[in-house]
Amino acid sequence: MSPLRLCLGMLCLLVLAAVMAVLLGETSFVIGQYMEAVAHPGSPPGEVLWTIRAPRVAMAALVGAALGLAGATMQGLLRNPLADPGVLGVSAVSGLGAAVAIASGLAAVPGAIELAALAGALAAGGAVVTIVARLREPEALILLGVAVSAFGGALTALVFNLAPSPVAIAEVLAWLMGSVENRDWTDSFKALVPMAIGAALCLKAGRGLRMLTLGEEAAAMSGLPMSRLRVYAVAGAALLTGAAVAGAGVIGFVGLAAPHMVRALVKDDPRQVLWPSALAGALLLVLADLAARLSPTEQELKLGVVTALFGAPVFALLAWRASRSWRA
Amino acid sequence: MTAAWTLSGLKAQQGDKQVLDAASLVVSPGEVVGVVGPNGAGKTSLLRAGLGLLPRTAGEVWLGDRRLETLTVQARAARVGYLPQDRRLAWNLPAEQVASLGAVDLPEADALAVARERLARVGAGDLATRRVLEMSGGERARVLLARLLTTRAPLLVADEPIAGLDPDAQLLTLDLLRKEAESGAGVVVTLHDLSLAARCCDRLLVIEGGRIVSEGAPIAALSPEVLARVFKLDGALVETPAGPVLAARRL
Repeated sequence: MSPLRLCLGMLCLLVLAAVMAVLLGETSFVIGQYMEAVAHPGSPPGEVLWTIRAPRVAMAALVGAALGLAGATMQGLLRNPLADPGVLGVSAVSGLGAAVAIASGLAAVPGAIELAALAGALAAGGAVVTIVARLREPEALILLGVAVSAFGGALTALVFNLAPSPVAIAEVLAWLMGSVENRDWTDSFKALVPMAIGAALCLKAGRGLRMLTLGEEAAAMSGLPMSRLRVYAVAGAALLTGAAVAGAGVIGFVGLAAPHMVRALVKDDPRQVLWPSALAGALLLVLADLAARLSPTEQELKLGVVTALFGAPVFALLAWRASRSWRA
Repeated sequence: MTAAWTLSGLKAQQGDKQVLDAASLVVSPGEVVGVVGPNGAGKTSLLRAGLGLLPRTAGEVWLGDRRLETLTVQARAARVGYLPQDRRLAWNLPAEQVASLGAVDLPEADALAVARERLARVGAGDLATRRVLEMSGGERARVLLARLLTTRAPLLVADEPIAGLDPDAQLLTLDLLRKEAESGAGVVVTLHDLSLAARCCDRLLVIEGGRIVSEGAPIAALSPEVLARVFKLDGALVETPAGPVLAARRL
């Protein structure tokens, strides 16, 4: 399938899912109320659809797209189908940044959480890629990711431990579980800037990602400015992850699963998989948020919980398949 | 005529180990130079240091008439194509796309056209649309050789290009590299098979402990003394109608 046709197909599915996610929710409407919402956006049904649900869907789509693109970029950069911001610990350290900002009372300062999350993602992304240059085996990469995640988790536990009040602990916990509840249009616009820069950097690194198929040394001799493209890819993926964490907390496995949904359709090409991965990530998260909202539980499920419940088995399956190829 | 590749007095270290010690090499256009030596002798290090992939502690490298350090990555790629020893591929791309990665200077459609032609040249034309991770090791080696040829560079450097190939594929690979040399390219290969090295190369360099210990026409470079001292073999290269063959036993 041509990448353009695939993207158009994914886009149609995403629009369909987004419309469904705006129409469906805890509060049910009849046809007349939907028509009223369209004709009079300020009416009560219009308020629910356009002020509560639509910005939430937009944020879920943005965060999903960011994570899908970041995952595809990291998989290409590290030449590993198990790489994603969550598995490599980038999300955990980004979440730590946000947790520190919340626990230290900086949440009231505009942009503080976002900046802290971005700084955490950039620091972890830079560290992972620097160390990975010395580790060639995929098993070592996963172990490194486990170590970075564990360290991020330990420091986050320290934040809980030293938090000044139970309220602060609850706020940090809610953030870390991931959610797009109560997001408004301003939140989406704020997330859009770093995400757009991150996406541009990742797409610019696309040729380098494809060249890395040959391995580090052949790519270095290929005539492409690999050092620069590597920086683009790391900075882009980290910006996308940081913006996603800032916008919706820590949401795992979307970055891992989204590229695998579309990889076979672009013949495994690490460059052509970028756009479709972003769209697949957006689709996944819009549907996951809809599932969270429609779950028959008393408390709404957190988005990060839903993606982890579905994503962990996907990760296990991919790891099992990958381990077979390592043994081959 | 300007040499395609000049390495002069290269020294390099990996950790505490001196992997190259004042190694020099000149490769002219149109010749096939073989680098031979025991495992760990420094063959790959010589190539990597000469390409700027391994930092040097001393020495100079020239690609054509320019010092390596003065070249941009694009200019370096225009002057040398490299086939590393590591043949692992990360993604299951079609063979023609892998081969086309040798021609980043061309638009994608043109690069694919060159890649298909080179695949046909290495006897893998029918593999063009097959996925590389579903191929045998030998088929994949042909695809990577086609990728090297797609670079169209005046210097081709191949690190153990025939390792793991069947005899027919070994001879085909070396014949193709010979044809590139006949078209004017300088070719450098590292090899373990001394008979093939002697038969297919114009000149051999014998390396041991990071030092070039013998150099010249194959029969002279692999003299019985060199075979004994460097390879711990008792024997000699014997001329046959098919070319020189190593007749030797372990010392």
